[in-house]
Amino acid sequence: MKRLFLAATLLAAAPLFAQEPLKIGVIAPFSGPFADYGRQFEGGIKAFMKVNGDTIAGRKVEILYRDTTGPNPEIAKRFAQELVTRDKVDFLAGFGLTPEALAVADVATEAKKPMIVMNAASSIVTTKSPYIVRFSMTLQQVSAPMGAWAAKNGIKKAYTLVSDYAPGIDSETGFKNAFTAAGGTVADSIRVPLRNPDFAPYLQRVKDAKPDAVFVFLPAGEQGIAFMKGFQERGLAQAGIKVIATGDITDDHVIDAMGDVALGMITTFHYSAAHESPENQAFLKAFAEVAADKGRPNFMAVGGYDGMAGIYEVTKKLGGKIDGDKAMEAFKGLKLASPRGAIAIDPATRDIVQTVYVRKVEKRGASYYNVEFDRIADVKDPGKP
Amino acid sequence: MIANFIGVLFDGIAYGSLLFLISIGLSVTLGLMNFVNLAHGAFAMLGGYVCVMLMTRWGVPFLATLPIAFIATATVGAVLERTLYRRLYKASHLDQVLFSIGLTFMAIAAATYAWGPSQQPVRLPDLLRGQVEVFGLQLGTYRLFLVAVVVAITFALAWLMEKTRFGAQVRSAVDDADVANGVGINVNLIFSLMFALGTGLAGLGGALGIDVLGLDPTFPLKYMVYFLLVVAVGGAGTIRGPLVAALVLGIFDVAGKYYVPQVGAFIIYTLMVLLLIAFPAGLYGRRA
Repeated sequence: MKRLFLAATLLAAAPLFAQEPLKIGVIAPFSGPFADYGRQFEGGIKAFMKVNGDTIAGRKVEILYRDTTGPNPEIAKRFAQELVTRDKVDFLAGFGLTPEALAVADVATEAKKPMIVMNAASSIVTTKSPYIVRFSMTLQQVSAPMGAWAAKNGIKKAYTLVSDYAPGIDSETGFKNAFTAAGGTVADSIRVPLRNPDFAPYLQRVKDAKPDAVFVFLPAGEQGIAFMKGFQERGLAQAGIKVIATGDITDDHVIDAMGDVALGMITTFHYSAAHESPENQAFLKAFAEVAADKGRPNFMAVGGYDGMAGIYEVTKKLGGKIDGDKAMEAFKGLKLASPRGAIAIDPATRDIVQTVYVRKVEKRGASYYNVEFDRIADVKDPGKP
Repeated sequence: MIANFIGVLFDGIAYGSLLFLISIGLSVTLGLMNFVNLAHGAFAMLGGYVCVMLMTRWGVPFLATLPIAFIATATVGAVLERTLYRRLYKASHLDQVLFSIGLTFMAIAAATYAWGPSQQPVRLPDLLRGQVEVFGLQLGTYRLFLVAVVVAITFALAWLMEKTRFGAQVRSAVDDADVANGVGINVNLIFSLMFALGTGLAGLGGALGIDVLGLDPTFPLKYMVYFLLVVAVGGAGTIRGPLVAALVLGIFDVAGKYYVPQVGAFIIYTLMVLLLIAFPAGLYGRRA
């Protein structure tokens, strides 16, 4: 057994004969309340392999999916340990939720395994291990450009309304700092409990304060829908108040469920299925072929797609021989043409640098899309020193 | 200032009406039949899905889906009562809790399998959207509609329980099933009908609630706290108790969130604690 293992290591060492598959462990929720995250990653990964083949640098790519069933840091950590010690994966990938990414950071450091974050969007994630590289976004990276854009486009007084949890507070901070720095004033800030069935009292407060716009961060799904319905019903739009938000609220995956209430919303985000580029066309086509059951791809599918692109690129550079430290060096400064536009990995922080788009919700045929009309290029995470 | 206050009051009443609608079914099963049915939310969810499916697949108008949601969930409730619930009437409350929570998880898994984990869209008819002006106040149309439905349901239930022969039979069957049986009341049938009524009301509440509460497979767990809250504070066994409780909780919740948003989210729970200390059996609790 030992000899066999030795032989295998030797084989892996010689790229020409490397037959050992390239193993990638994907840790994400595939069931439970966050099942969509894992499903979107899987669709993005499959779409990438459909376009780019399942072999890279002579090694066949094998994906091992592990379902954490929801925000379960302990389970994520256990899967990471198993994937490293038993399955001998070359890369750890996935990570829909920040707590799960944080729980795995130590495992990545100890095992010197590159950890590819495909979603988890809190600023601190990449600081927790030198082996973490992020291909998604950070919340401040998309909320700060909204602050700057709003101040420049006739919004003087804003009101902020966010869900009372870490991502909400992150976005609030990002928006406020950028907005006040650009000369805007924030009338007041409300933090709403995560389980909040009725927005009526909050909306009435916003309406009474008569701001030019209300900046919102709410989890996509019923909270976003309930807010927008209340917003319309209460006639805030007629009172001259605009809704501005980060793109989470009008996520491609839920926007059709929001329907007409979302029309005209202005959001900043890094990906829209309506992005016009040949890369995105190819991505949408591949996604529809391999993951038709998963609906329209959203930013998480693109995170999965780009994470795979990064892995392929690095594997190619290293000639199929993956060493944790060398792989991390290869990730630093990496540039890719992603379906969302040009992206790069900041060599200093291993975090993503990308274009943030300003979009407006429009109806095209029977479906709703975030249509990009302005952009801020090369945005780094403002949450890092 | 005064107009603001009246606006808040109206929003509170509307929110209270919604709380009442989603909990009244539980008040019937828990309060009148003394069965701790934590799967109440699952029936509400079923009503919601019936409503959404009818609207999106077959284009049935929203208002027409409401009675269908009621009848469909009542039927499912009656079938489950005959096959499953019936066996647990005499069991301890712990057994009932375990059974019904298990049923809830099965319902969540089944709904995820059938309709996927995401939110279901619902589009109200134009008639019920937007605001109307009443005495210079801007009031949400759908909120007015909810209040009207609550008034109608309350009167209908009060009439059913207090004035009809069926109501009298129910009350006697609940008070002492053996004696009721002895005087020739078909207690089995009465309980089946009551259970069907309770689940039907849950389904109706679910369908009416989608526009505000949303609908996805985690619905039964997400809002369980709210219906338990209303029934606990109101006191089981009456229609009036949960109604008053829902209105009080709704008004205080909305007012708290409006006037002191920093702590507003806690007010509903603080109020629950205070009310339960003052009235351990609920506002209109019957004998234990």
